[in-house]
Amino acid sequence: MASGDAPPVKSRPVYLNLAHIRQPIPAIVSILHRISGAGLTVFGIALLLWGLQASLSSPEAFAALAAWFDKPIVKLVFLGFTWAYLHHFFAGLRFLFLDVHIGDTLKQARASGMAVIVVSVVLTVLAGVWLW
Amino acid sequence: MVTRPLRDSVGAHYGSRSWLIQRSTALIMVVYTLVFLGLVITKRRFDYEAWTALFSSAAFRVASLLFIASLCWHAWIGMRDIWMDYVKPVGVRLLVEALTVVMLVIFVIWAADILWLGAVR
Repeated sequence: MASGDAPPVKSRPVYLNLAHIRQPIPAIVSILHRISGAGLTVFGIALLLWGLQASLSSPEAFAALAAWFDKPIVKLVFLGFTWAYLHHFFAGLRFLFLDVHIGDTLKQARASGMAVIVVSVVLTVLAGVWLW
Repeated sequence: MVTRPLRDSVGAHYGSRSWLIQRSTALIMVVYTLVFLGLVITKRRFDYEAWTALFSSAAFRVASLLFIASLCWHAWIGMRDIWMDYVKPVGVRLLVEALTVVMLVIFVIWAADILWLGAVR
């Protein structure tokens, strides 16, 4: 480039800073799908099996687990996993439909992406209401 | 005579197999999740007797183990994708992938233990 040439737009970003880019809805659904999947794998399966084992082992252990679920912090953690499962569930179904080219126009994909986010959060809140 | 190579020299081509496994295990989990919620939510009382009665059915135990096995296989494909995307040094990636496989295999064995042997003790 000749030294006299000025770049056409001076404020162009020189690198892709993910924190500075406003992500489109499908990108947010996608990264949440990945984060929720990783969280469910690393923490969720072990907790699920541990809870299943305890709940089936004896009436006393079942009662202890039920009492444990009265603690607000346990409820909150449970709701966190509930949201992760619901988001992963609905985002996954959305990907299945996209795979077979149902709803894969940009407009539909944005709408279904927003629906995944909203439905997951609403059902998590309802689960919270039911739990409390 | 024209000979074709036995396999393509570029690309492993296991992607479509992983894709299919990830989708089919997902569908198994969708069905199990809906059946499970249907069975639990319709219970008038949710207590130890009702809970263990559910798991006393061999069909439900088989379905539950199928769910856990699907979950772990599905998780393997997803976790492998994550490690491949973010962990670039090959040695470290192989290590975390191996640890992931060991963890998930233990989960499946643990689930089988809970569902069958747990009742014997």
